Amino acid sequence: MHRALALLRPFAFPAVLLGLLEGWARTTGAGSDAVAPPSLALRSLLAAAGDGSLLGATGFTLGTAALGLLAGCVGGLLLGTVLGLSRRAAQVSFLSVEVLRPVPSVALIPLAMLVFGFGLRMQVSVVAFATFWPMLVLTQAAVQQVEPRLLEVAQALQLSARQRFVAIVLPSITPRLFVALRLCVAIALVVAVTTEIAANPHGMGYALMIAQQSLDPALMMGWLFWIGVVGFGVNTLTLRLQGWVARRMGAQP
Amino acid sequence: MLVALWWAATHAGWVSRVFLPTPEATFGALSAGLVQGELVAQTGATVGRMLVGWGLASLLGVVIGALIGVSAVARAWIAPTLEFIRPLPASAIMPLAISVFGLSGGMVLFVVAFGAMWPVLLATVHGLASVHVQLREVAQGLEMPRRDFVWKIGLPNALPDILSGMRLSMTVALIVSVVGEMIASQPGLGQAILLAARSFQSSELFAGIVLLGAIGFVSNAALAAAEKKLLRWQHP
Repeated sequence: MHRALALLRPFAFPAVLLGLLEGWARTTGAGSDAVAPPSLALRSLLAAAGDGSLLGATGFTLGTAALGLLAGCVGGLLLGTVLGLSRRAAQVSFLSVEVLRPVPSVALIPLAMLVFGFGLRMQVSVVAFATFWPMLVLTQAAVQQVEPRLLEVAQALQLSARQRFVAIVLPSITPRLFVALRLCVAIALVVAVTTEIAANPHGMGYALMIAQQSLDPALMMGWLFWIGVVGFGVNTLTLRLQGWVARRMGAQP
Repeated sequence: MLVALWWAATHAGWVSRVFLPTPEATFGALSAGLVQGELVAQTGATVGRMLVGWGLASLLGVVIGALIGVSAVARAWIAPTLEFIRPLPASAIMPLAISVFGLSGGMVLFVVAFGAMWPVLLATVHGLASVHVQLREVAQGLEMPRRDFVWKIGLPNALPDILSGMRLSMTVALIVSVVGEMIASQPGLGQAILLAARSFQSSELFAGIVLLGAIGFVSNAALAAAEKKLLRWQHP
């Protein structure tokens, strides 16, 4: 009984809120173009799931977020390693990095539109830009904390640059890398949805926007809820992944 | 070094000038816009929106966060909901805000404040929840009223968390301001760069991007300095 209560507790507060909203939207707020009862929102969402638009839009958003994440993270990882290992490279590029890093990723949306037009490539490029910088900075910090004696060993063994990276650097930065990855996953999803809302006519963000423009508040709230669910799910998954990697790498729980 | 690379890339014709203007053209557009005052006004509008939204967000975040964080019961019941809303992109509630408030400056401000509130709110809740047990016992021993506990022990304890949350929320505020200006056609840099991109005026587009980068850089540096100053008591 007590455990059942503890399990249900997280849902109590949102349930009360949704209940209030439902009541308000069915009585005084009925006929509003802005707010719909949550029950209707759920029905619209299920209808969208039925005709396949839910799956398609979610797939597009997650796919572009993943591609952009991949590009941004690989780039950030490589450059971050170089900057972390070589003091001179870090000094030369310090100013450039510090100047480019705070450029808000959404400022790149018009530029990406100009270069790529609408569609997949534009969104991937914006996501890649947004995830590149945190990955770069965190990788650089992680590489700088690699035990110097390990690097000396690598030198004594006359390992090539690639061997040094694979055998020495990569294993020692992996746990921190996954912390950075978790951060970047969250950023990638937010930026992907934002790009769709602001410009790109594909994916979940656009579906949300078009539902609003066609004065269909039920569908709009359904999408909003779904985006929340997807975001929460992705974040939970990456959190699990990070914990699993940390355990595998021998970190104390 | 970056400017040199940029100069070389455009002058050697590696990248089409339609997409990437030369540095001279960009700084020409930048200075022309600044002298004529057009860019100054737009920058002012964006910065104002960002600062007001951020101020509201910080205030609301600390107040609501303190209300939730001070009671263990409220934390247990409400915190899971907050965790659910947190990964929601701030711009995703923009359509909802548009249908409630219309395409107005107030709408953008609401979304900015709402989106930027979460880092501060969660940091405040976390900061209040992690007050050391001994400090709690001291407060109980002194029979401190709950308000004094929050004011004298809770918030100072949460201050480092709150400040880093505020730094994050400044970034969010800038991003959401720009997106809001793009969607709702409110005057500001977001609208300016969108229009420049649509009319293929890449030098003006780059001038806007440079200014936005400068805003991000300056605000972040200012907050980092403020944080250092306010938290001096931590490292005597």
